[in-house]
Amino acid sequence: MSENIMTVARAMVECLKAEGVKHVFGYPGAAICPFYDELISSDIEHILVRHEVNGGHAASGYARMTGKAGVCIATSGPGALNLITAIATAYMDSIPIVAITGQVNSDQIGRDVFQEADITGSAEPFVKHSYIVKDPSSICDIIKKAFYIAETGRPGPVLIDVPMDVQDMECEFFYPEKVEIRSYKPTTEGNKLQIKRVADAILKADRPLICAGGGVFLSGAKDELKQLVHICNIPVINTMMGLSNIDMSDELYFGMMGMHGVKAANYAVSHCDLLILLGARMGDRAVVALKDLKNTTIIHIDIDPAEIGKNVEVTTPVVGDIKKILTQLLAVIREEKHTEWINELSEIRSSSETVPETRKDAVNPKQFIQTLNSHIEKDAVIVADVGSNQIWTANNIRLTEGRFLTAGGMGTMGYSLPAAIGAKKACPDRQVVALCGDGSMQMQFMELATAVQHGINVKLVVFVNNYLGMVRELQDKLYSRQIAVDITGSPCFDMIAQAYGIKAENVTDISQADQAIRNMLSSDRPYLLQVFVDKEEKSII
Amino acid sequence: MKHTISVLVENHAGVLARVAGLFARRAYNIDSLAVGVTADENVSRITIVADGDDYILEQILKQLNKLIDVIKVRAVNESELLTRELVLVKVNCTPAQRSELISIAKITEAKISDISLNTITLELSDYSNKIKTFEELLRPYGIKEIVRTGTVAIQRGSASLTI
Ligand SMILES: Cc1ncc(C[n+]2csc(CCOP(=O)(O)OP(=O)(O)O)c2C)c(N)n1
Repeated sequence: MSENIMTVARAMVECLKAEGVKHVFGYPGAAICPFYDELISSDIEHILVRHEVNGGHAASGYARMTGKAGVCIATSGPGALNLITAIATAYMDSIPIVAITGQVNSDQIGRDVFQEADITGSAEPFVKHSYIVKDPSSICDIIKKAFYIAETGRPGPVLIDVPMDVQDMECEFFYPEKVEIRSYKPTTEGNKLQIKRVADAILKADRPLICAGGGVFLSGAKDELKQLVHICNIPVINTMMGLSNIDMSDELYFGMMGMHGVKAANYAVSHCDLLILLGARMGDRAVVALKDLKNTTIIHIDIDPAEIGKNVEVTTPVVGDIKKILTQLLAVIREEKHTEWINELSEIRSSSETVPETRKDAVNPKQFIQTLNSHIEKDAVIVADVGSNQIWTANNIRLTEGRFLTAGGMGTMGYSLPAAIGAKKACPDRQVVALCGDGSMQMQFMELATAVQHGINVKLVVFVNNYLGMVRELQDKLYSRQIAVDITGSPCFDMIAQAYGIKAENVTDISQADQAIRNMLSSDRPYLLQVFVDKEEKSII
Repeated sequence: MKHTISVLVENHAGVLARVAGLFARRAYNIDSLAVGVTADENVSRITIVADGDDYILEQILKQLNKLIDVIKVRAVNESELLTRELVLVKVNCTPAQRSELISIAKITEAKISDISLNTITLELSDYSNKIKTFEELLRPYGIKEIVRTGTVAIQRGSASLTI
């Protein structure tokens, strides 16, 4: 008998190895035990999270930094269900993850047995694709396809559900080199005629603008974007998912657009005569900035044809991989100036940039983030959670070669710490700092244990305002009454950190920020800063 | 506006749920849906009649195309399509009314599929509007039961939808 005959569980591990997987994030349970039993004897490092959702978020942070699919694992029933929020979060942000779940024995499916959940059914709206493994001989093919589907085209999560008895069955291990799915052939090359149209439109425009979204990262097109911006002197703005795909100190960069964006960026979108949407799906929070664009030529470049024309009416659609399209475009464009337009925007940028004021008895978070800017390394990774704190971070952090991560599409509280853990595993040599509110902190602080157990040197900044701040802002604005946003009773997070053996400091006045940040960043262990901010500090301008 | 959409899909378990789920969660309206295997037994064909403006139709086609199991999607103009539905109608029918109903069946080219002392069951395969008229004609006799399939459609002429 061939030595390639092995259990499905073992073949799953061999497949992951063949796929080049080094780290996986998971949480065990009965139905996934056969797989774990094989995983432990491999050299793939398993990071044991403290809640499945965080395994999913960690895989997402990991994927965003490596460009490869992150892997997360859960058991059947409650374990798999706990993953769903993370799967949906990754789906909304087009992040490639492969989620592996255990399932009850195949002959018991559909009988409501202990810890049975129809996970492929429940996750269907949030996955790019999913599989239930019924035939042991299909496992290698399925895993290969799962990675391929997750990573190519518009990336996204793929779920593989494996019944426990199938994990114990025998199969022949053979990892296919190539994938052929007749019904899945994403377009990557841009249509030449359309590229010519884009080049012509750039030539004709007096006030061109590029809005660069998360797709630029997914396609690895930062360099090409920078070249295009500088050869043609086109001002550039970001959606939240696109933040840090262009050097934020670049003269031609005008900040984040949209509901929570800055004045210069929103002015730029409403006054340009050519808008090039680059891997930006123009979600509703971004679209609010696009008021009257009747006379604007709009070019939308995206790998997913379904995004083009969905939220914004487009003059010229270009479907394909951004890196390829920009490379094609760079070959046919020529130098341009647009001095007047750039001056106009620069003036608005400098006149609208305010220096955050120092607060009495509390810290101005914007000032704190600006202080953080002067300490972080050039290529630092900053993970923003959700809420007012996210907007403060998005609009005040200055990254040059660094990376900004956040759950832009789903706005999932509790994303930052687990995503930071994943990001740090992916790039151990880069500083990784997560920033969150005191509300979101309480949705994720169990992951401090994960950081400690696995020696993952992540930094956490908690902005304490004793409120679910962003919801409170909304209530103040629209409902005039506050309800269920006061989170009095929350613990001292410095003591929580200490309980996990993590060093923590309090920042109650901006004068302490400098030293505290220095201490945090110079430590070679996880570190927490508890920053007391003004209760009334707003994010909506 | 109504659109007839033909979808070729992999003949796997769960594909229909994916297609139906897509329509439900994106709030697209389905008028009818019919599924069956094609000449290639690995491929099924789903015919969907959906309601919506041009924007919705474009979204439906694009979103369907994104499903990994969907091989091909096509929406063809009504005028270029041959469409059919099948209806079975059980009508009250006293022995005295029999000849009347049999003549209706003759005129409409319906088949008499079953007959009992007090009922007659007629079968008609035609396009949607014809079936509606057929129903109207039978209503005065008292319809006991009516069963309709979804629309199936094929392009007129030599054009075909295959993989
Ligand atoms: C899982 C989840 N639940 C609820 C919300 C709704 N929500 C958006 S922002 C926010 C408040 C966040 O509070 P906190 O973490 O303290 O941050 P702050 O806004 O005060 O900076 C809430 C509850 C959400 N985005 N995610």
